[in-house]
Amino acid sequence: MQNLPIPFLVLSFLTILSALYVVTSKNPVHSVLALIFTFFTISAHYVLLNAQFLAIVNLIVYAGAIMVLFLFVLMLLNLSKETEPVKSNWWGISAAITAGCLLLIITAAFQVSGEAVAKNPVEGIGLVKALGKVLFTRFVVPFELTGILFLASMVGAVLLGKREKGNDALISKEELNG
Amino acid sequence: MLTLMIFLPLLGFVINGTLGKFLPKAISGWLGTAAVFGSFVIALMSFMDLTGDTTMPERIYTKLFTFLHVGNFHVDFAFQFDRLSAVMTLIITGIGTLIHMYSIAYMHEDDGFYKFFAYLNLFIFNMLVLVLGSNYLMLFFGWEGVGLCSYLLIGFWYKNVDFGKAARKAFIMNRIGDLGLLMGLFLIYDTYGTFEYQDVFKLVFAGSAESNAVNTAIALLLFIGAMGKSAQIPLYTWLPDAMAGPTPVSALIHAATMVTAGIYLVIRSEAIYALSPIAREVVMWIGLATSIMAALIGLKQNDIKKVLAYSTVSQLGLMFIALGCGAYTAALFHVITHAFFKALLFLGSGSVIHGMHHEQDIRQMGGLRKKMPITYLTFLIGTLAITGFPFLSGFFSKDEILMSAFAHNPLVFGLALVSAGITGFYMFRMFFVTFHGTYRNTHHSYDKVHESPLLMTLPLLVLAVLSVVGGAVNLPHYLGESISGGLHHLLSYDGGGQFSPILMYPEHAIELSHTAEIGLLVMAVSVFVIAFLYTRNKYVTQGAVPESDEAQAGMGKVLANKFYVDEAYDTAFVSPIEAAGDVVGNYVDDKGVKGFVDGFGSGSNFISRLLSKIQNGNIEYYLVYMVIGVALLLAFNLF
Amino acid sequence: MSILNIFSQVEISHYIYLSTVLFCIGLFGVLFRRNAIILLMCIELMLNAVNLLFTAFSSYMGDSDGQIFVFFIMVVAAAEAAVGLAILVLVYRNTRSTDVSFLDQLKG
Repeated sequence: MQNLPIPFLVLSFLTILSALYVVTSKNPVHSVLALIFTFFTISAHYVLLNAQFLAIVNLIVYAGAIMVLFLFVLMLLNLSKETEPVKSNWWGISAAITAGCLLLIITAAFQVSGEAVAKNPVEGIGLVKALGKVLFTRFVVPFELTGILFLASMVGAVLLGKREKGNDALISKEELNG
Repeated sequence: MLTLMIFLPLLGFVINGTLGKFLPKAISGWLGTAAVFGSFVIALMSFMDLTGDTTMPERIYTKLFTFLHVGNFHVDFAFQFDRLSAVMTLIITGIGTLIHMYSIAYMHEDDGFYKFFAYLNLFIFNMLVLVLGSNYLMLFFGWEGVGLCSYLLIGFWYKNVDFGKAARKAFIMNRIGDLGLLMGLFLIYDTYGTFEYQDVFKLVFAGSAESNAVNTAIALLLFIGAMGKSAQIPLYTWLPDAMAGPTPVSALIHAATMVTAGIYLVIRSEAIYALSPIAREVVMWIGLATSIMAALIGLKQNDIKKVLAYSTVSQLGLMFIALGCGAYTAALFHVITHAFFKALLFLGSGSVIHGMHHEQDIRQMGGLRKKMPITYLTFLIGTLAITGFPFLSGFFSKDEILMSAFAHNPLVFGLALVSAGITGFYMFRMFFVTFHGTYRNTHHSYDKVHESPLLMTLPLLVLAVLSVVGGAVNLPHYLGESISGGLHHLLSYDGGGQFSPILMYPEHAIELSHTAEIGLLVMAVSVFVIAFLYTRNKYVTQGAVPESDEAQAGMGKVLANKFYVDEAYDTAFVSPIEAAGDVVGNYVDDKGVKGFVDGFGSGSNFISRLLSKIQNGNIEYYLVYMVIGVALLLAFNLF
Repeated sequence: MSILNIFSQVEISHYIYLSTVLFCIGLFGVLFRRNAIILLMCIELMLNAVNLLFTAFSSYMGDSDGQIFVFFIMVVAAAEAAVGLAILVLVYRNTRSTDVSFLDQLKG
């Protein structure tokens, strides 16, 4: 922690804090917003790491599209703090223990096997030009395949979301309980 | 030739066993008879070869194939026809033929006719293997085979459960004896390294006094086998029960042949017994006890066949007394004459049973001599022979035994004489009650009683003649040197020193003075006369009839109940074993083993039900399991 | 052009720790939360942690393959989020709740 530059420390701190708020918040809307903030901080990390293109793409795709989608669904289902199902405490403790174990193990794994990675900074590795070159030469086939993947998921999403004949619109929670 | 002689009855067994159901009864029966008769003819011819004028070989030996060859262990499937087995073979096949002929008429109405002849032929085959084997293992082969045939034939009328029980009793008691025999055989192989008679006896003769303890052990163990097969105390109770089988079976197996297998065994192993005085004493005393006890029981039996059965046991005891005294010739002599008159008596009783429409209780008979003259005459001859009427065959053989007993131990002579006397009593009792007096039967009228057909009376006549003249085989010394001791010379023949005789040791020579011999003779004859007069007085003059079963009292009751030996065995051995079987069957097997095996099923059921609770359909649990799994994988890879 | 040259000061191990912590936080959220939407969001968080690590390694080793892979991960995450939410809406229509513990029909 001694020689770490301030931006890195601050950013890491913020990331972890907001991640924690994501998983512990009772209000789902707060969770979504916290997650968006987490994405922002991670994008900042990307910038630190010389991966500018990814930083922007992260923001656009994740924070801009996916999270908005989540928010839409939240609004659609009208979920709020009251409708949130609650879990008992012991469940939380055991989940924490499980996650903690995994953390320990991975850390231990790294400690045991940790070799120093040779630092080899390359200028402009994260720029669009460099990435694009690699993407469209070596990884062109997977790239095309992602197009098909999107097609499939689009068709799937549309089909799944279709309302069947005679199926009512979403009723509100009051109508359900009344 | 030897092979043919042995396998002819086996061929008869195979043909009768497989095709017999489709053959007419006459063919099936005569086929079986012809097979045995063929063996008899060959045996006769071979006997001539053996004792003819020119070359008199020691034996005729045929090896068929190597029976067993494992490492150093080598046994041949080989036969030898020497003087001892020649005598036995002639008896087996000769009397066998007569009994086969008799059975054609006796078993005439039976549905299992062909089966009977198949079994009889199989028995003859096994008996021949027994006496003609050239080594102890062949003897054992035949031993077991005749035990099997005995079981099959005793339980021939298998639909009757009691007969089946009798057959099983015979087989199991035989088995107990066989255990002793088997251990004796093991010991023989262990000590002498071979089973072949010639080799073993040469080694025994050479070893002489060195391995006496081992020889005693072998002799005693072999005698245990003989005890089982030849019905001596304590393994004799199967023989009276074996009368459940058809009468020809009783005649052939339980009088003339199978029960003499034990005697044959001891005579064959003479070399071993000669070196073991202790074993000989044991043999003699057991024979003596058996002889007296069986005779006493016979006094109070009321079934024709049972009287004869106990008589057989008693006579076998007499033979063992002879063996114990070292008089092997006398024993073999008595085997021969006993075969003649006992077969005669049994066939005669079969004739009576046949004529009385299957009545076997002598109290229900009486006055049959007018209606069944031939049977009466031959039965009389048989009775006279067994009780020792002078100059009949039984007289000579029994006297020889008594004399050798006297030479060995006068007390034994006295007791044996008592046994002979009781023999007279019960035989004449049976004879007079059955044939003399008034007809007492309440079920069948006197007119229906008839003489038996020719096929049954012809063997009776032949055997009667043999019972009369059979003594010529081994006449005693006081009748002249030139004609006496035929059997003795046969067994002691050594081809002018070229080979060892059957009796390797000079027999305990009967060195009694002629006066002593005549004296003993007079005693024996007087015992016979006393028995005859007393029974004639009681049963003919006074017309007494044996009591009914309920009226028995005191000592008579004990005798009638066979000294309660069967009941004692039941309590001591049979019931505990059955109880143990119950326990094992119901607890160890049913609950223990079954529970153990079932436990696998129910255990895995239990575990699976337990494990199935993991799959509760809840995603959260599944997620946790996934994480735990990944963690474990990583951990294992780590360490 | 980098905003700041951090290679001399920050070791790769720090990024590894950071990424791992984020991953485990996301894992904890997946195990703990019952709301299906939050569940999906925590999965996105885990994916992002991995993305961070990939990018860090890519920068440190000078190999652009890492960043390309991040690209593809994002693609897949987007597709999966879309379809997942569609399914979630369907489930809501049938069970009137987003609680995953209601979906336990596939029992043993």
